[in-house]
Amino acid sequence: MKVLVPVKRVIDYNVKVRVKADGSGVDLANVKMSMNPFDEIAVEEAIRLKEAGKAEEIVAVSIGVKQAQETLRTALAMGADRAILVIAADDVHQDIEPLAVAKILAKVVEEEQPGLVLAGKQAIDNDMNATGQMLSALLGWSQGTFASELDIDGDHAKVTREVDGGLQTIKVKMPAIVTVDLRLNEPRYASLPNIMKAKKKPLDEKTAADYGVDVTPRLEIVKTAEPEARAAGEMVPDVDTLVAKLKEKGVV
Amino acid sequence: MQYGLTDEQEMIAATVRAFVEKEIYPHEALVERTGEVPQEIAEEIKRKTIELGFYACNFPESVGCAGLCHLDFALVERELGRGSMALNHFFGRPQNILMACEGDQVDRYLMPAVRGERMDALAMTEPGAGSDVRGMTCSAKRDRGDWVMNGSKHFISGADHADFVIVFIATGEDMTDKGPKKRITAFLVDRGTPGFTIRDGYRSVSHRGYKNMILEFDDCRLPDAQVLGAVDGGFEVMNTWLYATRITVATMSVGRARRVFDHALGYAAEREQFGQKIGKFQGVSFQLADMITEIDAADLLTLAAANRLDQGLPANREIASAKLYASEMLARVTDAAIQIHGGMGLMDDFPMERFWRDARVERIWDGTSEIQRHIISRDLLRPLGA
Repeated sequence: MKVLVPVKRVIDYNVKVRVKADGSGVDLANVKMSMNPFDEIAVEEAIRLKEAGKAEEIVAVSIGVKQAQETLRTALAMGADRAILVIAADDVHQDIEPLAVAKILAKVVEEEQPGLVLAGKQAIDNDMNATGQMLSALLGWSQGTFASELDIDGDHAKVTREVDGGLQTIKVKMPAIVTVDLRLNEPRYASLPNIMKAKKKPLDEKTAADYGVDVTPRLEIVKTAEPEARAAGEMVPDVDTLVAKLKEKGVV
Repeated sequence: MQYGLTDEQEMIAATVRAFVEKEIYPHEALVERTGEVPQEIAEEIKRKTIELGFYACNFPESVGCAGLCHLDFALVERELGRGSMALNHFFGRPQNILMACEGDQVDRYLMPAVRGERMDALAMTEPGAGSDVRGMTCSAKRDRGDWVMNGSKHFISGADHADFVIVFIATGEDMTDKGPKKRITAFLVDRGTPGFTIRDGYRSVSHRGYKNMILEFDDCRLPDAQVLGAVDGGFEVMNTWLYATRITVATMSVGRARRVFDHALGYAAEREQFGQKIGKFQGVSFQLADMITEIDAADLLTLAAANRLDQGLPANREIASAKLYASEMLARVTDAAIQIHGGMGLMDDFPMERFWRDARVERIWDGTSEIQRHIISRDLLRPLGA
């Protein structure tokens, strides 16, 4: 089985995000970018499937600016076998919307014929949480979202999902799209031999036009604003005062 | 020199940095408090480093290692420099002097060291022989075909965990125009050899848990098979291999300075006094500007020196400049960082006071700042006959 893993280049989770002065979005000039952490989990899961003999090949794909090549190299250094970069924008500030990404991915799936698409449940920049679901609809494949456990058995997969109030286990027919949640696994570091090998692994470069997909934004960003600053806390001398204060505020 | 790092180099640095942040930082407070690295933590760091293929990555592919070039290895050590030396000792980087092993020494010392099965330490310094290496009194004398060693060494880092020690010892004396001059030989000495004792040294303010040990030799008998390199060839072995420790000090100083700087920058951007962030005050912001400028300068100087080694160019002066500048830069950066933190910077609730203490030794070990200045100026003046 071949596994396709879409990975997105996003602002590093350690960076303190700043909104651009004109409110049009987040400032991405000269900030550290990394692989979306949920996508890292998806790459790790694909590698584990390969190590367990359930997958033969892992193909990482990224859609965005040319610099997403670094993100793909990271996936290759972790253990993906080859990569496809689909250049869909020149400006780092241009985000490709989930529907456009899903359309391109659908074309890539057509070409590559993977038995499984493993994706992050969402990207930490826009938190859209839509691409996997849209891809599933476009392909007519089954989907298992928010996976915290994945067990592939022949032509079926058992996906344990983190839902409000607990875990739900579903059985889906393969080929399937599985989007992964935080607790599925802990991604590995790239090993030194794999880092050295990553450069020699194939990385194909394509454009959105190659797939005939129009990536023009359908959404208009009206305003981007910083979250309101949290009010400072207050130190209380003991539990009684704490309880009294909470009662005063009507919290308990 | 070519500017800019390759994708692989960026990835190597990012991987080591992530490793240090996740595997080293969480144990630092414990090591700082107890002055010890618990065995299970040491083993875990070592195991993970081996799994990642980073153990002994300064050794060539011919002995099954990654064979990183000097520049790549400088990036590894720079990122390691962010973390506790006591802990990252187990992110093993055996002394590259072990490449001088010959015959069955390869299987007894070199290979087990690069595989992480046996750990090494290097012993040169004595109470009466610091910068003046030739002043050593520790000696080995011929006796019925063996060598019999007597004397003691101190400040031997890592000897507490070492399975064997590479010891430099006087094996004779020549008369020269400038007076008597010691002949020096390097020996491989196994822990447990009769007459050889490793004991706790002094309590240092710098790098708690990275212990400096005392070695004692009392009629310790060694066969010729324990000589590393040639008899009386200690200086050649030293000159061929020991430049590396000075680059290590420089790179680690840069890595640590970057970590310290991040603390200072973050604090300046958050701490408020007189109704505004203290970073808004020029007294603070200009300090930050000077700090990052010096850190970048030291970083480039160090990487350029490492790159010269890779290019096969003379690098002795450049390495000395990097070691001198980076270690002195770290002193200024840690001092300024404490100033920005104010009183809290001195409290051991924050790591700032530790960075400040740790920085002090960098100007002393592996050649003091004065020795580095001597090397640099000699390199410039000697060709002019001065």
